[in-house]
Order: sequence, then structure tokens, then C-alpha cells
Amino acid sequence: MNHQRVACLGGLYSNYLALQSALSDLQSRSVDAVYCLGDLGAFGPYPDRIFPLLHEHRVICLRGNYDDSIGHALDDCQCGYTDPRDNYFAQISYDYTLANTNDSNRAWLRQLPEQIRFQLGSRRVLLCHGSPRKVNEFLWESTTSSHFLTALCQEFDSDVIVATHTGIKWHRPLDDQRDFVNVGVLGRPENDGKTNVWYTILDGNGDRLQVEFVPVEYDFQRLADEMQREGLPDEFVETILTGWWTSCLEVLPSKERLAGVY
Amino acid sequence: MAMIHSAPQVELHHLDQLWFQVAGTRCNLTCHHCFISCSPHNRSFGFLTLRQVQQYLEESIPIGVKEYYFTGGEPFLNPDMTDILQATLKIGPATVLTNGTVFKTEWLERLQRAAAASIYSLEFRVSIDGFTAHSNDAIRGEGTFERALRGIGQLVEHGFLPIITAVRTWEMEREQEVICGFTDLLNRVGCHRPRLKILPTLQIGGEANRTHGYSETERVTQEMMRDYDPALLVCSQSRMVTDRGVHVCPMLIESSDSLLGQNLIEAMRSYSLRHGACLTCYQYGSICSNATSAEHVKPAPKATFQAVRLSPKSGPA
Repeated sequence: MNHQRVACLGGLYSNYLALQSALSDLQSRSVDAVYCLGDLGAFGPYPDRIFPLLHEHRVICLRGNYDDSIGHALDDCQCGYTDPRDNYFAQISYDYTLANTNDSNRAWLRQLPEQIRFQLGSRRVLLCHGSPRKVNEFLWESTTSSHFLTALCQEFDSDVIVATHTGIKWHRPLDDQRDFVNVGVLGRPENDGKTNVWYTILDGNGDRLQVEFVPVEYDFQRLADEMQREGLPDEFVETILTGWWTSCLEVLPSKERLAGVY
Repeated sequence: MAMIHSAPQVELHHLDQLWFQVAGTRCNLTCHHCFISCSPHNRSFGFLTLRQVQQYLEESIPIGVKEYYFTGGEPFLNPDMTDILQATLKIGPATVLTNGTVFKTEWLERLQRAAAASIYSLEFRVSIDGFTAHSNDAIRGEGTFERALRGIGQLVEHGFLPIITAVRTWEMEREQEVICGFTDLLNRVGCHRPRLKILPTLQIGGEANRTHGYSETERVTQEMMRDYDPALLVCSQSRMVTDRGVHVCPMLIESSDSLLGQNLIEAMRSYSLRHGACLTCYQYGSICSNATSAEHVKPAPKATFQAVRLSPKSGPA
């Protein structure tokens, strides 16, 4: 497949209101295709509401660790947390999402591919969820050396590797016209004290890859109200209302952790 | 001999984590549970110089190493330590494992500036083995509790978020009490975002004398590797540099068979899990990484998603 300009959505975490805003914003941005890099459920309310939006707008989706778990009704989300408090909150969210995702959506999740390749201008792009070698690998900006990313590009025969999973966007241009991009997530704010979320546009016209991180405003108050109504933890609601992470903090390296307040 | 023949071989998937025994076996403390018997007088492994470290850093770039770790002994006894961390932060993330008792303000000021200027994280892992002076000092030595707390305070003052590392020398029933004790303690010394990593004991070095060593039957077998994700083993993703060369992992440097080569490429060959300590690594999984964990980890099941092996072709041609 050949593209010049594409949109990449990171983890949706059931945030159908942010997904609606992003898809509406994309109407005027003339992209060749819209991709979603997986983790469609988690964290937010009413997980079934994102599926019709994805189908209607022909969003091409990957199967992240969460989607694999929900699709196969596994015991947990395979997010890769190691701390008991992180796992406690992850489990609440997972149990809710599994119980509220219908069978046909679960069947659809099961058949999604783990990775997608396409050509963007002259570049070979590889979309994955965490990393090309491990779906739930956390590639944080402050703990991933550039030469490691170059080795991944070489090993997986790509010029651009695109991932999500960590929840925080970043871009690292590498040697020999290569790039690594974490597209951020639409599911929850990125621990910066702001309520907006993010998606990413990749443009292959030009000498270097153009990466545009697009902020998305949405009705976060309504999402927070719905999360409360569904009995989801107050800690999650606080993140939506304040933009600061309150859970899943122990996986953060110090630079990313210091950027937040908890 | 039958045991050796049946020991499972583990291949290096990819060299993600490169360790440096930067202070050799020299430490200002003599902790009873130290798995390599470090002390003020143990010179069996020597310091690594800035120049030696830089050679390995350069070699690590075409191999695609992801992160760098520094340990000892006590790394800050090495007069080059600050320079070594500054050099590392120019190319990748750095973690230093310290007892926190010998910091100089000037070093921390330099490191604070270096960390702020780098895109990479500088992590400090500070060892304390109990949340009271009584429990800690019984293992780490008289007065070390207060000195380590002072070190943690210095790190916090310089803008760092130390990871407190404790070896589980208590009974599992007390785990929750110990975690709460540590959290309260750290809050009291101004560390309001306590990051805690609890490690299992390794029954080797000083710890074998303090309690007991591994019995001959405490080994990883071929059978145990079925349905187990080898990516959880330290030797599938790490190597350790000492002044003698490159060893398989940070735990086994005192075993003669752990020395795999004089450079990183030579040391990328597979290794047999023939030691008792390999069993502890197998049971707990990734025990040397920075991920904080304050709970007993069950023998790790095979992940649904297996890590794809990076072949040596990502190394130098």
C-alpha cells in the first residue's frame, strides 16, 4: 500500500468522545488513511461505543495487548505492569471492559493484525503497538537509546517505526533518514495537567518525515460523568478532569514521572 | 555431571541492558547478604576507568544497547563515577546502584545538570534493607540507616526520584507491613513519591554464609523451561562488564564460567543455567531491571506474546 499522508491514533481506552472529536477534526485534513494502533478498550466507559465509529470511518486497526486479552477473554490486560497498585487499578478497568464488550466486537478484535506495513512516500513504515518485537514493550523517550531504535529499524526492515502503548507521545529522528514515533493516545491526557488528548499525522512528502502531533479537545466533563455513573474509580475520573495521571505511575521512568505531580 | 548436561541453554535475545561492575568488589560497607561479598578490602575485581567504560559504550552503539547500568561494590568510590555517568547520558539512559552513603554535593550538582541536559533518564537505586535502623543496620552495618536516609534526602534535594531497593530478608507474611513502613519512612525524609523495588535474596556470596546456599537440586531444568518465556531471564537481555572482561549477568561474576569474552560480540553467545542463582532469576523474572515491584512475583507464565528475537545482524557487520 502506498500513502503520502496518514493519521495514526494511539490507545483509545474506550474514550469514544475523544475519538468522535478526532475523526471530526480529520474530515478537513485530507489524509489518505486513518490507522489505530490498538488498545481500543480500557479506562473509559461503555467500551462498545467506539466500534461503530471505527467501522463508519474505515479506521484500520491493530490488535494491542488489551484487544488480545478482551478478544480472548484472558484473565488480565497484559499491560506489563509490575507494581501491585498499578495492577490493582488495571484489573478494575479490565474486568469492567471485558464484561461490557459484546461478543461480536470481541470476535472482531481477535482477527485484527498485530502489525501493519505500508509505504509512506519513499519510506517503509511499520505500525506496531508497543514495539515490533514485543506487543507490550514500553518504549519511553527517556529510557530508549537512539541506537537501540536504529537496531529495531534494521532488524524489522523499516525506515519508520510507529508505536503507542506508553500513553505519552514522542518523536526521535534517527540516522539515515529513519524515525521512531510514539503517536500518544486518545484515551486519556498525557500527565501534563491539560485535559486534551493527542493523535498524530505523518507526512511522507519532503526530505524528512513530517510528524504533527494534533491536540484534541473533547467533552471531558461528560466522559467523567459517565465514568462515575458506571462506577469506575475516582482516581480515573480525576485524571480525565485534571490531566494528571493517578495510576499506572510505577512504570514511568524518572524523567516522565517528574513531569507529573504524583 | 548429569546436572550440567541437562542445564537449559539460554540465548541472548538482544543486548538491551549493559551492566558495568564499575567499582569492582570495593565497597565502604560489608553487608551480610551481599551476593558478591563486597567489602572495603575485597580487591578481587578492580575499578573500571572512564576510558575502559567509554570503549564499551562505543562498542555498544552498533549493537543497539538500550540502557546502561552501573554497580559495584559502591560505584561512588570510583573517582571517575561522575564523569562516567555524564559520558553515558550523552548516548543513553543510565542507572546507578548505590548505598547512598558517600555522595558529595559537588557530584550531585554536576549530575543534576547532566540529567537536565540529557534526553535520557538518570536513575539512582539506593539500597536500604529495613525501614528501621534496627532492621537495616543488622544487615548493612552500624549507622548505615541514618547515612543512607541522608543520601536519599540529598538526591531529592537535587531533583532526583530515587528507587529504594530492599532485599527481602523478612518473612512474606510481613510484606505489607514492610511496604507501609518504607512508604512512611520515605515520606518523612521528603521523598513524597516513593518508588520501591523489593528483591529476592540470592543465596550466594555473603548471603550463603548468613543463611544457606542453594542445594544441588535447586536448579533450572529443561522441563521447567517448557511454557516459560526466556525473555524474563536476565541473561537473555543483559551482559556485565568487569575489569576481567564481559560476564553473562550481574549476579554470577564470581563464577569462573560466567566470563564469556573480552568484548561484547564475543560475549553474545548462549549460556547454560547451571547455577542455583539461575533458579532465583527464573522464579522472579527480570530481577535486575528498574521496574518497581513490591510484591512477590509468581514463577512467570509464558506470555501470550513472545518477544521476537533480534538476530545478531543488528550488530556490526
